[in-house]
Formats: sequence, structure tokens, C-alpha cells
Amino acid sequence: MTAPLLQVDDLHVRFPISGGGLLGAGRRMLHAVNGVSFSLAKGECLSIVGESGCGKSTTALSILGLQEPTAGTIRYRGQPLTGPGAPSRMQRAKAVQMVFQDPYASLNPRQSVRTSLAAPLRLHGITAASEIEGRIEAIMKNVGLTPEQARRYPHEFSGGQRQRIGIARALILEPEIVVLDEPVSALDVSIRAQIINLLLDLQEKLGLSYLMISHDLSVVEHMSDRVLVMYFGEVVEEGGWRAIFETPAHPYTRRLIAAIPDPDAALSPHAREDRFADIPLLAGRRFVADGSTAPDVFTAPAPSELVEVAGDHRVRLASV
Amino acid sequence: MTAPLLDIRDLRLGVSLGRSAQHPLLKNVSFQIMPGEAYGLVGESGSGKSVTSLAVMGLLKKPLAVSGGEILFKGKNLLALPKREMRRLRGNRIAMIFQEPMTALNPLSTVGRQIAEMFVLHQGKSWGEAHTLAVEALGNVRVPNPDRRAKNYPHQMSGGLRQRVMIAMALACNPDLLIADEPTTALDVTVQAEVLRLIKELCAARGTAVLFISHDLGVIASICQRVGVMYAGCLVEENETRALFENPRHDYTRGLLGALPRLGSRSEHGRQRLVDIDSIIADRSKLTETRFITPRDAQGSQP
Repeated sequence: MTAPLLQVDDLHVRFPISGGGLLGAGRRMLHAVNGVSFSLAKGECLSIVGESGCGKSTTALSILGLQEPTAGTIRYRGQPLTGPGAPSRMQRAKAVQMVFQDPYASLNPRQSVRTSLAAPLRLHGITAASEIEGRIEAIMKNVGLTPEQARRYPHEFSGGQRQRIGIARALILEPEIVVLDEPVSALDVSIRAQIINLLLDLQEKLGLSYLMISHDLSVVEHMSDRVLVMYFGEVVEEGGWRAIFETPAHPYTRRLIAAIPDPDAALSPHAREDRFADIPLLAGRRFVADGSTAPDVFTAPAPSELVEVAGDHRVRLASV
Repeated sequence: MTAPLLDIRDLRLGVSLGRSAQHPLLKNVSFQIMPGEAYGLVGESGSGKSVTSLAVMGLLKKPLAVSGGEILFKGKNLLALPKREMRRLRGNRIAMIFQEPMTALNPLSTVGRQIAEMFVLHQGKSWGEAHTLAVEALGNVRVPNPDRRAKNYPHQMSGGLRQRVMIAMALACNPDLLIADEPTTALDVTVQAEVLRLIKELCAARGTAVLFISHDLGVIASICQRVGVMYAGCLVEENETRALFENPRHDYTRGLLGALPRLGSRSEHGRQRLVDIDSIIADRSKLTETRFITPRDAQGSQP
């Protein structure tokens, strides 16, 4: 078996909160990410799901190098991305890129699309005009736009086209890993389908690996190979998409699935309750079913292990 | 058969361009909402669903103007109503909740005071009585510790709590019609599910009719009895929710339904490409030529 493309081991991110004396003694810490480990294989789509504040974006930012982890290691092709000997941002940019949620906010309104796409190429030492032109032309075609449209400015495009440009911008340096942060949640339903189809086509064509962050589980089911469910900084369940969607064992995963406004379930009221009736539900760690209390994020959770319930399907259980 | 609560007839609305020219935004939109019924309007951005709701609320601003048709609320044409009377209806008999609760709430006033204001303005209560009622209203939308929360400013609350405050304000005077314009789009899925359940239960308990606007077909299906599909300012298809989902007749509706990733369909059928609306509809300009409006079943559609 080949080494995974990206390997994250025991990642911790803590943020200092107000208070504490001089030199930070007794300072309160917010434990945003607690011991998250996962690996991403070449050509795979791994999704991290969970609600706002569960640490999924912080995890992704750590991988992009935009958030320094407090502890833990992130390896890309076996090379550490953090600590001494870590690659510079320039080197990292060739490995990992990101597609943002809001295509309106993530493009520079004063630069034509061509300028936005050419800048990273120039920074990475590609200065021949013909090569820059060629690569821009190729990437525009790949995302379903015409090369001539690169002369326009972001405001001249619709939301869906802007997201295509966001994807082009992420792919121009030919990274192997693309972090997708809620790539379609800001788009209309009809446009959403086009972007999802495009992302899947590009993944196949270019052999990309996706790390997708989302709370829309119907999109996650459609796109992912593996799924990581996060709850207050911890991975509470992980497995292949089939295991997560057909035999979810953690109560929080079931709540997330039940929360999707799904027309089929809404129109046949019995289907949803019966769906997982035969599958054993395990008591989830730090999880209260009615959602009335949330875990304390200011103290570090007690160490615990993910328990294997089936091949490639692990769940974190309540400590007894 | 009972009379409809809201009866929109041939509503035409547009952007004024100079003296007499007008760019049309709504082209002869007609639909009815029965007392206590939840009616959904779906469509993409720019299809005219939000301007329809603003027209009902009488909140259209220049250069938007109604150019024809009638909006009958309990038999009275809202478009012909004097401003004073419209103000009396708005917030009292017809209430609205918006997509972004942070911009809809006043940041400089406590949420308790903002809810209490409804009782003072519309029911002539004193501020003292109104405050007690406001705390009760917060309890009804299941805000934990309502006495303490009433003293909060909007920025001290999460998105889900703010939307609950909006619902408490909207339902304060027991309106006959609640207009909800994408009320859960800005929320997390789990919070969205709670807020939807709340709207559904509270309106069912009080007999409040709902005009629910969304681009999310799943949300519409979970809350509405009848659905109208809007495209480019026209109501292109209208039917009971189940019938619309099981047997969509308009190309556009079919496209919308096919574009939706459905939970469980990948386990059953494997991963299939989502329908690209543009690939099944050759000429979008022809889309509004045909319309499929299924007449209301005289008995069956009553909730």
C-alpha cells in the first residue's frame, strides 16, 4: 500500500481566551480541535461534517497553513507541513489550495479574471507570456468557461460562473489537494448541481484529492468517499460514506442526517424514524440527545479512543 | 368552500424606467392561500418570489411599483388601502420573518423591548404588561431562560436564537398570515431543523397561514401543503406538495427536482450525475409559455 497523500496525526488547536495573569499564567483556553487524526489518499474525497463551531474549518485552515496547530503533525507525502523544516507558503501553495464558500467575497473585484489567475503563476516563476496564456486558456476550458471570458471582471459573472472562477484559481498551480469549504452552499439549487458535477468531473480528470467541509449531508453523501463527523472539536464517527449513511452508530451523526430537509423523507413521514431502527445506536461521548447542553469547550476532553464497529467504521463512545 | 385568506389576482409589478416605461418583474401572478394553510413559493434568485412577498406587505420601494392586479386579504384589496390602515395590518394581521435576523433586529435595543413594542403598538398594552407578554412570547418559541434572554441585545445571541426572537415578534399579535422569506438559509442544518419545526408547530396550533419562500425544495416539502414554482416572474406550476414532487409536469420543475442530491439515492442507485437544468431546457425564453396550475381540490387540500 502506498503512503497517504496527507496524514494528520493527533491535531490540537487551542485559542487563548481573555483572562489570566502576566505571562499568560492561568489563561483560559478554548479547545477548538482535540486530537483529530485522519489520512487522505490520492484521488479521494474526504468530507468533514458538523455544525458551526465544531472545529472543521480550523482543521482545514491548519492544513492550508493559515492556522498554526498547538500540537500534532500534518504530513504531506511523508514530509511534515508544520514545525521546523516545514515548507514555505510558496511550496505549500503547490500542494494544497482552497475553494471558498462565497465566490463574491473571494475574488478581487478590481482585477480581471486573467490578472487573478496569472498572479500565482508569476509568483511561482512562470514568466513566459505564452505559457501563462496557455495555462489560463486550459484552466478556463476545464471549468466550463471560455478563454475570452478571462478578460472580464468578477462583477460581470453570475454566482455560478464566479464559483467556476474560484475553482480555476484554486487549480491554476496544479495542486494535488483541494480544500472545498462549503463549495455550493451559497449557490442556487439549479447552479449547485452544475458545480457538483464539475467538481466530480475535475476530480476524475485531474486525479485531485478533495477535503470537503460541509454541513449539507445530501451533498456530502453524493460526493464523498469517506466521511469524518466532528462534534465540539473531536471526531465522533468516521468511515466510508456507505457506513456513515447506511449504518450511522453515533447519535450525533443520526441527528445530522435527520436534520436534512429531504423531500422524500418529508413526504413519507414514517420512512425517517424506521430507517435506522434495526441498527444499534451507541451512546455517544459528550453528547446529550436533546441538545440542551453543549460540552464545555474550555477544558480539554479526557483522552479516549475511537472504537471500531466494522471494517473502516469507527465511533467514539461515552466513557463508562 | 371557505373564502381564501389571501387572494393574489394577476399581480403585475416592475421596475420603472423613466416616465412610462417599465421593466416587468412579475407577469400576471395569481395564487390563493386558505386560512391556516402553508403555501410555498420556490424559484431561483431573481424569479420574483421575494418581490411578491414585499408587495403583499406593502413594502415595495421606488423604483419598484405594482402596475396591475389585486392583492385581496380577507376580501380587502391591500393595494388600494390607505397607508395608515396598511400600517395597522402590517405586523398585526400580516407578519414577516426575514432571512438575516441580525439585520432585521434593532442592534441598539434589547430583544425583550423589541417584542414588547409589538404589544404596545398593536394591542395598546402598557410597557409593563407588554414586557411580561414578551417574556412569555420568548418562552413560547423555546428560548431557554426567557427572563434573562429578554434583557439581551441581538449581538449577544446566536443566529438560531435571533431567528427565534424574530418568530416571537412576528407571532406576537397572532397574525392571520405569516410571510417567511428564506428564514433558515443563514442557519446550520440542525438549527434549521429546529426552527422549521417551531414555525410549523406554532402556526398549526394558532391556525396561522404561512407564505413560505425558499429555493430549497426539501425545506418547502417539509413545511408546505401546496407549492408554487416561480420562474422569471411567472408562476409556472402549482400543485399540492406531494403531487408536485411525485409528478412534476413543467420542464423547469423537473429540472429543479433532478438537480437536487437526494439522501439515500446513492446507496440505492449508485452515484448518478445531477441534472443540469440548462441541458434539458434548450431555450429558457420559452419556459414561461406553458403553465401547469392544478386547481385546488375542494375538499382534499384543507389541512
